[in-house]
Amino acid sequence: MLDGGRQEPMTTREIRLDIVRAVRIGLLGGIVFLYLTLVGLVGAFSERPLISGFISLGQTLLLLSMLGVGYVTARLIGSPSAKSAASQSRAILMSSLAGFLSGGILAMLVIVGQRIDVREVFVNATTELYQILTFGRGLPGVWLFPIVSGVAAGVSAATYRLPSKIRSPIVWGLAAIAFFGLFSSLFRTILTGISPGLSPFARLFFAPGEGLTPGGALVFLIFAAGAAASRRFGGQTRFANAVRSKVAARPRMRWLGYALLVLVALLLPQVSGPFLSQVLALVGLYVLMGLGLNITLGFAGLFDLGFVAFFAIGAYTLGLLTSYGPQGLVHIPFWLAAPIAMLLAMLGGLFLGMPVLGIRGDYLAIATLGFGEIARLLVGSDFLARWLGGSQGIIGIQKPCIGRLGSFLKPGVPQECSGIEFVGPQAMYYVILVGVLIAALVAWRLRDARLGRAWMAVREDEDVAQALGINLVGTKLLAYSLGAGFAGLSGAIFATLVGSIFDSSMQLFVSINVVSLLIVGGMGSLPGVIVGALFLIGLPELLREFSEYRLLFYGLALIVMMQTKPEGLWPSATIRRELHAGLEAPNEMDAASADSV
Amino acid sequence: MYRTLTERLADWGIVAVLWAFRIAVILIVVVGSVLTLVKGTYTRDQWIDLAIFGLSQGGIYALIALGYTMVYGVLRMINFAHGEIFMSGAFAGYFLATALNRQGMLNANPVLALAIVTLFAMAVSAGVALLVERVAYRPLRQAPRLVPLISAIGASFFLQYTVRGLFGPGVYAYPDIESLQGEWIIFGVGILKRQVVIVVAAFIMMLILYMLVMRTRIGKAVRAVSEDREVAELMGISVDRAIVVTFAIGAAMAGAAGVLYAQIFRQVNFFMGFVPGIKAFTAAVLGGIGNIPGAMLGGLFLGLVESVGPSLFLDGLGIVAPYQLKDAIAFTMLVLVLIFRPSGILGERLVTKRA
Repeated sequence: MLDGGRQEPMTTREIRLDIVRAVRIGLLGGIVFLYLTLVGLVGAFSERPLISGFISLGQTLLLLSMLGVGYVTARLIGSPSAKSAASQSRAILMSSLAGFLSGGILAMLVIVGQRIDVREVFVNATTELYQILTFGRGLPGVWLFPIVSGVAAGVSAATYRLPSKIRSPIVWGLAAIAFFGLFSSLFRTILTGISPGLSPFARLFFAPGEGLTPGGALVFLIFAAGAAASRRFGGQTRFANAVRSKVAARPRMRWLGYALLVLVALLLPQVSGPFLSQVLALVGLYVLMGLGLNITLGFAGLFDLGFVAFFAIGAYTLGLLTSYGPQGLVHIPFWLAAPIAMLLAMLGGLFLGMPVLGIRGDYLAIATLGFGEIARLLVGSDFLARWLGGSQGIIGIQKPCIGRLGSFLKPGVPQECSGIEFVGPQAMYYVILVGVLIAALVAWRLRDARLGRAWMAVREDEDVAQALGINLVGTKLLAYSLGAGFAGLSGAIFATLVGSIFDSSMQLFVSINVVSLLIVGGMGSLPGVIVGALFLIGLPELLREFSEYRLLFYGLALIVMMQTKPEGLWPSATIRRELHAGLEAPNEMDAASADSV
Repeated sequence: MYRTLTERLADWGIVAVLWAFRIAVILIVVVGSVLTLVKGTYTRDQWIDLAIFGLSQGGIYALIALGYTMVYGVLRMINFAHGEIFMSGAFAGYFLATALNRQGMLNANPVLALAIVTLFAMAVSAGVALLVERVAYRPLRQAPRLVPLISAIGASFFLQYTVRGLFGPGVYAYPDIESLQGEWIIFGVGILKRQVVIVVAAFIMMLILYMLVMRTRIGKAVRAVSEDREVAELMGISVDRAIVVTFAIGAAMAGAAGVLYAQIFRQVNFFMGFVPGIKAFTAAVLGGIGNIPGAMLGGLFLGLVESVGPSLFLDGLGIVAPYQLKDAIAFTMLVLVLIFRPSGILGERLVTKRA
């Protein structure tokens, strides 16, 4: 800020300070590198190419961390507005130093690992990992990694220092490669699903198996960079502005957008094949549950960590009502059983909600967690095995059928369906979609109704809400039972989708998933639920190598979200205001202290 | 105050449900116990075995509960990741114990070896807890109450799956100490040596902690902060330091508990912290959260009920394999305590008021 055009001579003290900073960042970066490798992420991702024959996902992960080290150093050292060549080169140099140090720590791991076998403690410190880290050259290649890391960090710092109209196309181009490379098989399936004629076209960009072809990568890079550059230079073209203002001004145009969205939602499983439909169905089930918990937690502020209990009630009710296996009771069609399951889950919510009404906040979370665990232990116990099947579960759940359902003959024989039978995720997706639409409609209509406003008043302050004449008991119980009902519906559809129900499906992590997706998406926000489910349920399913580390990332996401964006990715307006009112004071102080420095 | 009919009906309904809960629990406990005792399936020695096992398990719960209770005392926050801190202590102990076992030291000098292993576990647990506090809790001190809880849940899963990634998903057998095998005959009843050792060790640890909190300067500071943070700060107490010390002490106790736990169950795995963590939280609430002697009592009580309960209450009711429902009994106790007596047995504080 001080040196506007004037060259400031560098004092040795400044240089020493910079070096200390760079070393500190480098060491921290090294710890991150060590963590990524030893926790097994690099090894697991190395199986999958990003650009076929060129770079693997594991290498990408390391490269990204190197770029990150460079970026952080470049941000912290020197002021970004200083344009002098000396300041630029200093930042780049320091970034390289930091990157080199970080890489050096990994090199140390390789050197130590070659001498002593650390595998007994760290299961991922395998020779394959060392091969990756030395670029397949063994111990003599150990110096390569720090050098690459230093160069990458330096390049990253240099890019960061570039003017934004050059930097942004580069960043966008690389991001496009990462995005399309990560989901290459997804895009390939969809392209071939739309029309088989597109398959040679797809083969041009996407390598067989996973990853992009080098040519495809180049095309994506140029395309994305070009798009970013044209936006930068041409920026606000008249056409773009016209479209934007028209969409904003005319509600009819927005409806057109919604219609397009609905069309995509309807056609998606048709073009995406069975695997992707399975993922979509799972995402849909979690959206349904998320919409339910959104009422309980997002609207009414009742923290329920035992949501899986209602999921279990729904699933087991449906199983008992429709199964043609030995546990089946009455053999009614799905369309009748699902509402009953939902109703029973609502009653369950009422029954479990009543005693815990007086408990607030974090105690409520733990109490409901207890309910969830009790439910899991009960359905898996031998005590109830006579009715619920214990660990053998309930099998042979009848598929939904539009048309006439034949009568029940004997255990083990499914009922005949003359008409359309919903078999497999591709068909069940539509059942889930209907459920989601019902839940979304209910939640959306209730949010701005008297009841919804009462919920939010209770969430903000129970005592004040009561003083305003809100019936606390009824309001809370309604929130409970409605949320529970949608969880139950989700459980019922899940049971039908899988065709059987086991106690092992009723784990705590179902509840944690729902809570996490709500928090990541944004509590109290309906689109937030969908965003959260896509991120937390869909993404890990698509990156199968990733699924083992799913909860690791959930944990990290929760911690990071709470500190950076506690209102979620797609927040509701009220929650955002409320959270930022509480956090405003320290932020202002930060800003003030940053200014004075 | 004027109340509408529906409101009064709803209130009555809730009172009725609560009473139904109470009566059902009392009926199960009383009728189950009487029937079991009348049936006489278990001998006196078996009951004593169960009780001793319950006490040793309860001692471990008590040690973990201390961490919950102390942190809740100073921060008014449930440290959801505490179970994972216990788990990391057990893992640290496991790696050191196997190393010592390979050297032959574990059996040559079991007392010293066990002490070293425990100290190491305590140090690692304290380190992990301080890291969690620094990264996940400290930036959120001023935030609304649910925010740190969510962060704590995140920290819990992050730690679990970090351990899984670093050390593998398997179940690892803890090396056995030969001199802990077998049993001592006390008053004509055979009692497993390891259980006696665990109960004694847990008591010693709790005594040390009690002295630390009641008799030292920093203990006084911790108590002052937990009494009233603002006033303590005005008195010149460094609140940050008191919080850090609280986390460290609580975690050290959990680390020691991890080693003791591994002596009973003789295995460690990445998921082992969750259930004992919740149970220890139950113990902390049972004793009155924020209350250190209460946590000890609550732990012992919970361990006892959990161990004796399935046989005593459920066996007489003709429930098959009652031992499977051991955890369900513990969780039921958790829910019952939270519903009926959130201030705990020793209940000197009204939690919701202070929070």
